[in-house]
Amino acid sequence: MSYYLTIIGSNNAPVYELDIGSYKQNSNGIFKFPDNINNLKQFIANSSLDILENIQFNSQQHYFNNIDSFYGYSTFIFLTQSNIKYIILTNSKNLDESIRQFFIELNELYLKKLLSPFYDYNSPINSKFFTTRVKNIAKKYL
Amino acid sequence: MSKSVKSTKVKGGDKRLEQIGDDIWKNRTTKINNELFTMTYGSIVGQICREENYNYNKVNEILFNMGYNIGNRLIEEFLSISLIERCNNFKETAEVISKIGFRMFLNISPIISNWSIDEQTFQLTFEENPLAEFVELPDEYDEEEENNSSSNIKGNARGELWYSNILCGVLKGCLEMVQLECEVWFVSDVLRGDDNTSIKVKLISILRDEIPVGDD
Repeated sequence: MSYYLTIIGSNNAPVYELDIGSYKQNSNGIFKFPDNINNLKQFIANSSLDILENIQFNSQQHYFNNIDSFYGYSTFIFLTQSNIKYIILTNSKNLDESIRQFFIELNELYLKKLLSPFYDYNSPINSKFFTTRVKNIAKKYL
Repeated sequence: MSKSVKSTKVKGGDKRLEQIGDDIWKNRTTKINNELFTMTYGSIVGQICREENYNYNKVNEILFNMGYNIGNRLIEEFLSISLIERCNNFKETAEVISKIGFRMFLNISPIISNWSIDEQTFQLTFEENPLAEFVELPDEYDEEEENNSSSNIKGNARGELWYSNILCGVLKGCLEMVQLECEVWFVSDVLRGDDNTSIKVKLISILRDEIPVGDD
C-alpha cells in the first residue's frame, strides 16, 4: 500500500509533494504504484480539485474522504481555512480515520512552517526537516 | 548613567538578585503578547534578509547595530526601574545581566557558565529563546534544480546567520554605557542544529569616566 501526498496552495499551484510507503500490514515502507498510475498521479490528484470546488462552499467540514476514485485509487482531501489543500492518493482501503489523523498532524506541521519568517505563503516547501517530520507522522498513521 | 548611581554594594547573593528580578517582572514592567513580539522580530529579520539578498554576514551586522542602538537607550530604563547599584566586579555584572536584565525584558534567565581563568569571559546559555520561537532557518535543498540559477537563493543560513544577533548588540550597547567595553558574540544556536543557544561576553577594558570638554 502506498500513498501519494501533495499540498496545493490557495492559487492551486503545488507547494509540496511526497511519496509515502506504508509500514502497516506487513508492508516494508517502500512506495510502490504501478507505472501507469505513477505517471499520472499528479493529474489524478489535481483532477479532484474540481469536485472539491463544487462542494467546498456548501459544506462545513474540512476533511473530505474518498472524494474521487480512479481505478481503485481513492483521493482524500483536507481543506484548510485559508484554502490550502492537502491531498492523498492511495490504493489502501478502510483507512479513513487514520488518514484524517494524519491530516490533522500535517496541518500542525504546515502551520508551524507558515509561522516561520523565512517561509512565504504559497511558496514551495523544500525543507529536509519538513520532509523528515512528515515521514515521521506518516509512519505513525499510514 | 552609572555615574548617577550611588556606588554602594549589592548585598546578598544570587537569591537576592533573583528576587529583585522576579519582583520587577511581576510588578513593574509592561508586557505584550509574546506571539506578537516573536513575529514582529521575525518579520524584521525576514525583511532585512530579503533586502540584503540573503547576505547573512551583512544581516548579522545590521542586527547587531540595531541592538547596539537599543542597548544604548535601554540601559537607562534598566537602571531607573531596577535601582540597582554599581557592580563590584565583572562576575556580579554577569549575574545582574542574567537575573535582572534578561528577566526584566524577556522573562528568561540565561545560565552563566564557562568563566575563563582571568574572569574576563563568560558564557550565557539560553534554555529558551523567545525571539526564535517559531523560526526555522531555511534549509533548501535543490535536487532537481541544480542548474537553475534561482535555486538556493536563500544561501547558507544555517552556517552564517545568527538569528538573534540583536541580543549581542543590546548587551554590547548596554555594557558600553556603563563603562564596560565588551565583545559579545554568539557561539551556538539551536536554530542551526546546535545543542544550545549561547552567547559569549568578553570584557576588553573598563572605560574611564570622561569629563566633557570645558567641564572642569
